[in-house]
Amino acid sequence: MNNEYSSVRIFATLLLAMCLRIVPLPESLALMNPDWVLLVLIYWSLAIPERVGISYAWLFGIFTDVLMGRLFGQYALAYSLIIYMVLIWHRQLRQFPLIQQSAFVFGCLLISQLLLFWFENLKTPAQLHGTFWLPVLSGTASWFIVYHIMRFIRRF
Amino acid sequence: MRLLIAILASIALLITEYRSERLMPIRATLSILTDPLKYLVDLPISLFKNASEILTSYDTLKTENTHLREEQLINKTQLLKFEALEKENIRLRALLENSFKLGEQVLIAELLSINMAPYEHIMVVNKGTRFGVHAQQPVLDANGVVGQVFRALPFSSEIMLITDPNHAIPVQVNRNGLLTIAVGSGISNQLNLPYLPNNADIQPGDLLITSGLGGTFPAGYPVGIVNDFPQTSNKSITHITATPKALLDRNRELLIVWSNSTLVPLTAPAIKTPAPHE
Repeated sequence: MNNEYSSVRIFATLLLAMCLRIVPLPESLALMNPDWVLLVLIYWSLAIPERVGISYAWLFGIFTDVLMGRLFGQYALAYSLIIYMVLIWHRQLRQFPLIQQSAFVFGCLLISQLLLFWFENLKTPAQLHGTFWLPVLSGTASWFIVYHIMRFIRRF
Repeated sequence: MRLLIAILASIALLITEYRSERLMPIRATLSILTDPLKYLVDLPISLFKNASEILTSYDTLKTENTHLREEQLINKTQLLKFEALEKENIRLRALLENSFKLGEQVLIAELLSINMAPYEHIMVVNKGTRFGVHAQQPVLDANGVVGQVFRALPFSSEIMLITDPNHAIPVQVNRNGLLTIAVGSGISNQLNLPYLPNNADIQPGDLLITSGLGGTFPAGYPVGIVNDFPQTSNKSITHITATPKALLDRNRELLIVWSNSTLVPLTAPAIKTPAPHE
């Protein structure tokens, strides 16, 4: 694959994912809006681990922090940790059927959300509802869609 | 190795931001890159709004125009009286040697239709530090207090609504001047009034206005209306709530306020501030 061309695709998909994170939705759906940026990052680091790694994860984590108005570094930390895990196991993960992959994605999203939960509580000890955890479930469900769309984009 | 660097850098950033405001310039610079995304997401909705404005029929516009003209007339006559009252108020305050807030300058900002974190009541508007907006400025709409500027970026600012669970606003009951604090409930369109004594003279339907204490919000703006609560002898058990006057989730235009006065000197405790008349 042409190098130049693929980095355009990587950036474009990540920017699109960032747009999806802030897209206006009715309240019940907004509660379930999954972490698209992390899903796309996971996909790219599975597909081309030699290109997309921790540096990408950290950089886009910082951008997401600014975009979402979070404390600086919380998404950066969560994303780099998750992508590190993906990089370690990417050989096995590629062999897995999609169901097993989505179980791994579930774990990733859960860890990321756990870290975010911790940072949010650090910033303001406000009571977060149980709905805070919904994006983990919806994210796992959307992994199937993300995987197929992203594969289409990669091979296009 | 890279992971270690990334984690250390993130933790360093987290601690610095948690402790101080020193990272604000970096955030402002990076936001120049991310803010276009906010405008991009908002674009279809504002385009749709503009299109529907263009396509409204002549008749609708005409009725709206007449309606607005009538409203303007009513407002103008009310303002006539208001001016005289304001002059009188300044004179009376001068007699009491009390300071008076001169007037406020406002900037109209438009809401960007984007969703930040659904568990927080934070909205984004399209005016930022380039228009002189700074953190902790009060934000109003035509009906009452909306919130305050939480973070001002160059091209946009984040506004914390009064219903955010981390927001508290000093208020007084317009009827009798009773001071208290309205805390955000985390539920849209509800404020809590947790700091009321048992024998507080407060009734359902009372208007809450800003008291001006705390310095962030100028005094006298409507905040909310006290909701119905069961009249028992022990009010501390009853959970007293209020509904915000501002249309928090329906308005696209907001007003960001500059108070033109400097800090209000505290009056001697012997002089009681007269309770505003109804």
